[in-house]
Amino acid sequence: MSADDAVAETPRPASATELFFAFNRLALQGFGGVLPVAQRELVERRHWLTKTQFVEILSLGQVLPGPNVVNLALMLGDRFFGLRGALAALGGMLAAPLVIVLALTVAYAELARIAIVAGALRGMGAVAAGLILATAIRLMSTLRASLLGPWLAAAFALVTFVTVALLRLPLIWVVVGLGGLAIAIAWRRLR
Amino acid sequence: MSAFHPALPVADLLGLFGHFLMLSLLAVGGAITTAPDMHRYVVAEHGWITGAQFTSSIALAQAAPGPNVLFVAVIGWNVAGPLGALATMAGTLLPSTALTLFVSRWGARRRETRGVRAFTTGLTPLTIGLLVATGWLLVRPYVRDQGHAVGAIVLVGVAIVGMLKTKLSPMWFVGLGALVGGLGWI
Repeated sequence: MSADDAVAETPRPASATELFFAFNRLALQGFGGVLPVAQRELVERRHWLTKTQFVEILSLGQVLPGPNVVNLALMLGDRFFGLRGALAALGGMLAAPLVIVLALTVAYAELARIAIVAGALRGMGAVAAGLILATAIRLMSTLRASLLGPWLAAAFALVTFVTVALLRLPLIWVVVGLGGLAIAIAWRRLR
Repeated sequence: MSAFHPALPVADLLGLFGHFLMLSLLAVGGAITTAPDMHRYVVAEHGWITGAQFTSSIALAQAAPGPNVLFVAVIGWNVAGPLGALATMAGTLLPSTALTLFVSRWGARRRETRGVRAFTTGLTPLTIGLLVATGWLLVRPYVRDQGHAVGAIVLVGVAIVGMLKTKLSPMWFVGLGALVGGLGWI
């Protein structure tokens, strides 16, 4: 057990309002993703969570459907102040960025006729695709250690890509059918 | 309010809300993994926005500060203005929020059980397949545009390699994309 785990009493926010502004602050710093900023703010700067607690909350948030950082905000807020805290953290994280991104959307609709603006967004769109593909590539290494075995896991990933991107089948069929099969196989192997 | 898009009939708004409600529960691995099905619904099936608008919605959300899930609001706005954004955001957040609160209160201790482990083990390959599908759908409008295909593919490649091989913040690559695109190179 590291010293990190031994510290039972971490500081906590004084009020739901403080929670709101803390999440507001970290969301507004999060260009291209909030998670790295969240780690720095919540663990290193405010010490509301130890590193271990942060990873635990995050891995739980990853199992659940929904955006990881949003789940993280909800669970942390809930831990400190119950439902009120969860909503404060969620609101803090979403309100200001939502206004900004919608203002940009409206501005873009007006400015898209200007070639430079349209071109800039085209460029950012290509980068956005690259960022998502990089995330996928980084995660691919986890397939090697999958309990399904690397080949079967890779096959599931490939079939998912083909059915969703090429055949354009509705996602619900793919997740229920293919996902159900993968979960069933994993279930048997975990015995 | 001329910035708004043609008003969507209430039935369509409810359909939009319902579809995003369902996708929220399928979004294992983040909202972005459901982007291909959002694309299928709003672009391919209903034709409310174009593929290029879909890609630029995600680009805008990535360029702005805040969680990337906000691309959902931008897509909603581009489909049907404020009501569209409300429909897609509420649809995306309500079910996952309720489920998250439930699990964080009652299910946290069962994290290591066989059921949960089977669930994560089984769905991880799907998450990866869905991320590749999302990247593919975002790239496709560029590849079809003959004049700019090569530049766009190079830019996608630079972003991938840069993210994997350096510790630079994604912000720098988004900035590079804006610069290269603004200069008209892609």
